[in-house]
Amino acid sequence: MDSVMDSVTNSTIKADTEMPIVFDLAQTPLREVNRFLHQEISQHNGKSIRILNPDGAHNIAVGVDHEVNIEIAGHTGYYAAGMNQLANVMILGNAGPGVAENMMSGCVQVKGFASVSAGASAQGGLLIIEGNAGLRCGISLKGGDIVVGGSVGSFSAFMAQAGRIVICGDAGDALGDSLYEAVIYVRGKIKSLGADAQIEPMTDADYQTVTELLAQANFPYSSKEFRRVASAKQLYHWNADDNQEY
Amino acid sequence: MNPSLPSQPISREESAGYDRRMISYIQNAAAHGLYEIRGLGAKRRLPHFDDLVFLGASLTRYPLEGYREKCSTKTILGTRFATKPIELEIPITIAGMSFGSLSAHVKEALGRAATEVGTSTTTGDGGMTAEERLSSKTLVYQCLPSRYGFNPNDLRQADAIEIVIGQGAKPGGGGLLLGQKINPRVAEMRTLPEGIDQRSACRHPDWTGSDDLTIKIQELRELTDWEKPIYVKVGASRTFNDVKLAVHAGADVVVVDGMQGGTAATQTVFIEHVGIPTLAAVRQAVEALEDMDMKGKVQLVVSGGIRTGADVAKALAMGADAVSIGQGILIALGCNSETYVQKGDHHAALEDYAALGTAPGYCHHCHTGKCPVGVTTQDPDLEQRLEPEVGAKRVKNYLKTLNMELTTIARACGKQNVHHLEREDLVALTLEAAAMARLPLAGTNWIPGW
Ligand SMILES: Cc1cc2nc3c(=O)[nH]c(=O)nc-3n(C[C@H](O)[C@H](O)[C@H](O)COP(=O)(O)O)c2cc1C
Ligand code: SF4
Repeated sequence: MDSVMDSVTNSTIKADTEMPIVFDLAQTPLREVNRFLHQEISQHNGKSIRILNPDGAHNIAVGVDHEVNIEIAGHTGYYAAGMNQLANVMILGNAGPGVAENMMSGCVQVKGFASVSAGASAQGGLLIIEGNAGLRCGISLKGGDIVVGGSVGSFSAFMAQAGRIVICGDAGDALGDSLYEAVIYVRGKIKSLGADAQIEPMTDADYQTVTELLAQANFPYSSKEFRRVASAKQLYHWNADDNQEY
Repeated sequence: MNPSLPSQPISREESAGYDRRMISYIQNAAAHGLYEIRGLGAKRRLPHFDDLVFLGASLTRYPLEGYREKCSTKTILGTRFATKPIELEIPITIAGMSFGSLSAHVKEALGRAATEVGTSTTTGDGGMTAEERLSSKTLVYQCLPSRYGFNPNDLRQADAIEIVIGQGAKPGGGGLLLGQKINPRVAEMRTLPEGIDQRSACRHPDWTGSDDLTIKIQELRELTDWEKPIYVKVGASRTFNDVKLAVHAGADVVVVDGMQGGTAATQTVFIEHVGIPTLAAVRQAVEALEDMDMKGKVQLVVSGGIRTGADVAKALAMGADAVSIGQGILIALGCNSETYVQKGDHHAALEDYAALGTAPGYCHHCHTGKCPVGVTTQDPDLEQRLEPEVGAKRVKNYLKTLNMELTTIARACGKQNVHHLEREDLVALTLEAAAMARLPLAGTNWIPGW
């Protein structure tokens, strides 16, 4: 992974030529920063935001609904960029649980690793994790896209309903358990598939999707290396004679 | 029959353990290989508010004049951290019921009725509909494990947020919505294919445990700039500890839903066998708040089998700040009635009940989506059987009646404010109720186990 991470340059989040607005969480309470990002940001069109000393604080930049570049200079705690709309958020470190949970649009990029439930229930937007992601990555996904440079932990994409997850490394146990319409692409090994998940042949559309998502994340792999995991749809309807894994 | 055998009287001795109900259950299981799923709440008899009575005023207490002296019902929820607490005219709210289980017409009717009587209504598993937001002055927005349709725009338009940990009908279980009810609109709101038998998650996707919940609550507060009250709803089971954990996690309001609480679709085994009765849960919840010195700082909403003004009064006297109603609201709308009203005329629905294998008074078939009176359906024709105006009027009348009954009891107990009703006003009629509610058995000073 390290070699990959070193070679990554960030193309998704464009550098802002103007001086950014800087908040130092060592000095300014989070509540003020978030309130600025909700209420005052619209008066500062075109400005970038830099948040210093996050030190693992929870709920940084949650609920932003504005086209703005936000750079968080360090590690974040729970729910960084939660429910993001429109903003491009760059986390220059590791992210705690539920990064970009319920994201609607925009892009959230984690330079390091992401903890559990990354991108949980995201309805739109793109989450890029350059390192590994923990358990339950993309759980309950509802339309967002997730690209993970490294591996994902067990129970990833659990009950994922829509959206796409590209995993450049390996996947843990029970990948895609009780999947609905979300599709997972895996480059490495899959420890085990969850109930109702199956490996399917890649179509031209799948190759194209993976190529596009890899390009957005700037990961140097070929879509030819990926396998497709999707729902076998055997749990879509109750059926006593099928010995369903309910 | 062998004519040589003497004719014998047929023995009718039914087994207590294997009565006809149990025989039919086993034979159904054998025939279908699937458990039963149904709507509404527990059917078994449970210790309940019916087992309590009020000690009205006499020489030791002075009553208030029934119709003349004021008796306030104003109720404020969410005073702990939120900058905009919820202010209600009455302490009776409408419980969260999903769009999907209920039709859009019903959602609209509930919003209108709640607005007219000055109370709140609540979204459900499936998101917020435009109809209910428009028609409800005060709308509580649920954040459920499934997160169907959950989004920050609706969060910002909500007046309060309710994090659902569980429901009394199924503490520890997720939701179900069978294919018949997943029409195109419901499917789209939930991001699901049409017509599938959908299971909702039983755990939240992005947190586990109460320490995580603390941070989740903070996230929702940060997102809404600390304006909106945050409720935490638990199904009644280990209520004393659950309420403590919810308060510790930062809830403004705790909603405790007892085991007889309604549902749109749950496994019968869950409905009848998991959770504790509302009566026991209210007492535990109040004790938890008192133990933490949080009574009055964190508000308690109680639900599960609240049907009458007396139930409301008893819940309040035991320490609840408000109640919430599901099944009673459905019944007010026309659930289990023989007819439905269209353009002012009553139409018989008996054949439709019969087609479901039931009859008015016994129906619990909300899960089928074929509600004979148009309440729990997504079928475009059946939905027309409940006109929003008719539904709104009925629910308004029902809530008004409960409120009048509530104030009648409060005045009889000498209270100028329904929130002044207290435990001392109550006694129990049965040993079970006395033990669960920790109230003296009527005519004694005896509280069993105390
Ligand atoms: C048709 C129906 C749908 C329901 N949907 C939800 C839901 O989406 N979310 C939830 O938290 N509770 C749901 N409930 C439970 C109610 O919010 C409430 O806890 C319960 O109805 C209270 O008990 P009662 O029905 O005896 O009044 C539903 C109940 C019914 C009857
Ligand atoms: S009448 Fe309708 S709402 Fe009432 S139990 Fe039957 S299906 Fe459910």
